[in-house]
Amino acid sequence: MNSLTPLVVVLVLAIAFGVWYTRSRGEFRKKKTVNGPKLDAAVIGVELGSRVTMVQFSSAFCSPCRATKALLEDMVKTMPDVRYAHIDAESNLELVRKIDIRSTPTTLFLNSDGVEVGRAMGTPKRSQVLDAVNAIR
Amino acid sequence: MAVINQTSSTTKAKLIDARGPRFSAAITTLVLAAALVTQSAALIALQLVVFAIGAFAGPAKTPYAFLYKKFVKPKLKGEVPTEDARPPQFAQSVGLVFAIVALAGSLLSIPALFTVAVGFALAAAFLNAVFNFCLGCEIYLIAVRIFKK
Repeated sequence: MNSLTPLVVVLVLAIAFGVWYTRSRGEFRKKKTVNGPKLDAAVIGVELGSRVTMVQFSSAFCSPCRATKALLEDMVKTMPDVRYAHIDAESNLELVRKIDIRSTPTTLFLNSDGVEVGRAMGTPKRSQVLDAVNAIR
Repeated sequence: MAVINQTSSTTKAKLIDARGPRFSAAITTLVLAAALVTQSAALIALQLVVFAIGAFAGPAKTPYAFLYKKFVKPKLKGEVPTEDARPPQFAQSVGLVFAIVALAGSLLSIPALFTVAVGFALAAAFLNAVFNFCLGCEIYLIAVRIFKK
């Protein structure tokens, strides 16, 4: 049976998914209600920033995690009220389930109380991180 | 709460040329597309061997990686972008599973199984080649969450 139909179906679905995937990676998604659990230094491994803390979850089979880590580490150098924490998802499954991390890299943006304001999946652009951080008071 | 482990994902990285796996994904896309259209078990068997080499020996050891190093890399200029070998190796393992299922479908005369398995493998390879889709990023943690206590 030679048919082009399966090929066309797969390619159309893959292109649609790929366009959505490319657009949605790195996008900061703000939570409608900020009511999640309070995370603190004992949970994320570093002291909270005085205004914002970015918490990145990474895994072994993830290339963009390295780029995200390099970007965020670089950005916090010039932002004294923002701190950065990096967490290996696989060895912290209890936390991953509790705050529902599904893919890596996922970066949480915490306010000064340690409560999640929003998150970004995939590698964000520098401007996306700046906008997200600046929106948190 | 468990002790925070911050570094285990970045300590033992073996770095390879990041463009190699993407070139390999493009060749894989063409082979799988041809296999899907012709329903060819032989093409899937060939791709299965390539996936197996990539999954067990590493993505830089496959015949496609050899083609990349021999014919494509010498023509590329600029700094070599590197990446951890483990994400593409994981993707090759997932590809291997789909190829095994597809070949089983062919041997057991279940054409629908063949078509669906090749279709998923093709979609993943195509997304990797065209959109730089990271399969390990999207499915590994979900799998760990399901299977690991």
